[in-house]
Amino acid sequence: MGSRGWKAGALLAVLAGAVALGAHGGRCRGAGAGARLVATGSSTLAPLMAEIGKRFEAHHPGVRVDVQAGGSSRGVQDVLAGMAGLGLVSRPLLGAEAAQLRAFALARDGIALIAHATNPLPGLSTPQVRAIFRGQLTRWEQLGGRPGPITVVSKAAGRGTLLVFLEHFGLQAAEIRAQALVGDNEHGVKTVAANPGAIGYVSIGTAAADVRRGVPIKLLALDGVVPSAEQIAAGRYPLVRPLLLVTRGEPGGLVRELLDFARAEGVDDLVRTQGFVPLER
Amino acid sequence: MTWYERRASCRWSAEAALRWWMRGSAALAGGLVVLVLAFVLAEALPLLLRVGGGRLFTDASWQPTAGRFGIGPLVWGTLLVAGGAVALAAPLGIASAVFVHFYAPQALVRPYRRAVELLAGIPSVVYGLWALVVLVPLLARLRPPGTCLLAGMLVLAVMVLPTVALFADASLARLPPELWRGAAALGLGRWATVRAVALPAARAGLAAGVLLAAVRAVGETMAVLMVCGNVIAVPADGLAPVRALTAHIALEMGYAAGEHRAALFATGLVLLAMVGALVGAVHLFGRRGHHA
Repeated sequence: MGSRGWKAGALLAVLAGAVALGAHGGRCRGAGAGARLVATGSSTLAPLMAEIGKRFEAHHPGVRVDVQAGGSSRGVQDVLAGMAGLGLVSRPLLGAEAAQLRAFALARDGIALIAHATNPLPGLSTPQVRAIFRGQLTRWEQLGGRPGPITVVSKAAGRGTLLVFLEHFGLQAAEIRAQALVGDNEHGVKTVAANPGAIGYVSIGTAAADVRRGVPIKLLALDGVVPSAEQIAAGRYPLVRPLLLVTRGEPGGLVRELLDFARAEGVDDLVRTQGFVPLER
Repeated sequence: MTWYERRASCRWSAEAALRWWMRGSAALAGGLVVLVLAFVLAEALPLLLRVGGGRLFTDASWQPTAGRFGIGPLVWGTLLVAGGAVALAAPLGIASAVFVHFYAPQALVRPYRRAVELLAGIPSVVYGLWALVVLVPLLARLRPPGTCLLAGMLVLAVMVLPTVALFADASLARLPPELWRGAAALGLGRWATVRAVALPAARAGLAAGVLLAAVRAVGETMAVLMVCGNVIAVPADGLAPVRALTAHIALEMGYAAGEHRAALFATGLVLLAMVGALVGAVHLFGRRGHHA
């Protein structure tokens, strides 16, 4: 055991070193820089950007598009620090950010309230949602639902989805009375799916894709409007947010090319596949 | 002076090269730890200098953007989740090692050991996913939300169980065979041998294993993040949500800037101090084991 333990330890150390080096290499732009584009930020937007990047690479041999998810705020920070050419941001820019960055809309996304699939309620009104997340309504029967406590699932501080949600419902972060706080969209979906009395909110694209895969959640109508890409496109669903690409200063060269490529009609099919709404041109 | 230096004089070049290579590797390994520590300290320092480290424990709440940096409930969260997990895993792990050594039929020993080793190799995110999909709904039936202290304790207990079991197994295997002969000569039965001879003799190794399991439990992030609910409050009971220090850093680091970020690094320092204390305790027990 002793010598085996040492060997295992040595192997682990080597692996950890390799992983660290790999992560480091991922962060840096290659020495040649010209052939490599780095986009970091919103975990909502990263899967779409990765698909767009692949298509862009196919059109531009020799170019590599490196997409990393880490949250909207990281996208902003990385672009300001020069670590990334493009930032992915799934919320409106905050005051100070808007002054330092150029933002380009890529698509629109909605945020859906979700509950467990067995929840009989078809939807909620804005005042009801506000009361639930403030902890003023704590049981489903108060809303005409199946008896039982409401489990409020909210997002951890700083998340883009949280900021958009708070803004829309006129809530303060400190007012929210949550029983569970989650990180990314999938974490939110799984937490709600695990609990018949839960209510949460996630990107419509993520929620719709999970419903299609058979995950036991349902999308709740908000003020009578069912959340879907069609309703957003028609301008009827109110809880929407822009999906933005941000750059520091006026973009040029390859960044400009990728930006134009990502905003062109040629990638609308990718935008729809992710459950988002393409730009109106 | 020592044997290898005497030999080095005859075969200088190869030995010397090897020796320098080893020294280099050792310096790199040691240097990395120092570098990481220095980096975390440097990132946390602006905040520590401005508001002082004590505020981390005296502030009533965690609202870093509003200048409140209380992480007291998070320290409690880590202690409760990790402590509970170790309290569950330690007796089970030691029992598992005793079973392998004294009770298991020969045909079962190897497959059983492999199974425990496999358990140790499963990535934590897999445990987390399993717990979120299977364990949490069960606990939610007892009382919502299901993502709670107990869920974290249970999943962590499963994760650190192999550490305890493998260490206990190894320390039982290291005991000198004279002990068994002596016990047999005294006419002790199997259970009496385990209770009065084997366990006391292997005490130091068992304690080191339990402490290392505690190190792993305190440092575990992904599974804890997925199943604990992550609400910042000291839990009233096992079915209330809780947030551990590691989950706290992982949840917020990607979204933090300025003093918020520095406060997360300060949280990391607290975590490092806890792990350091545990590692120190492991050494203490290890040394006592040598003297015994």
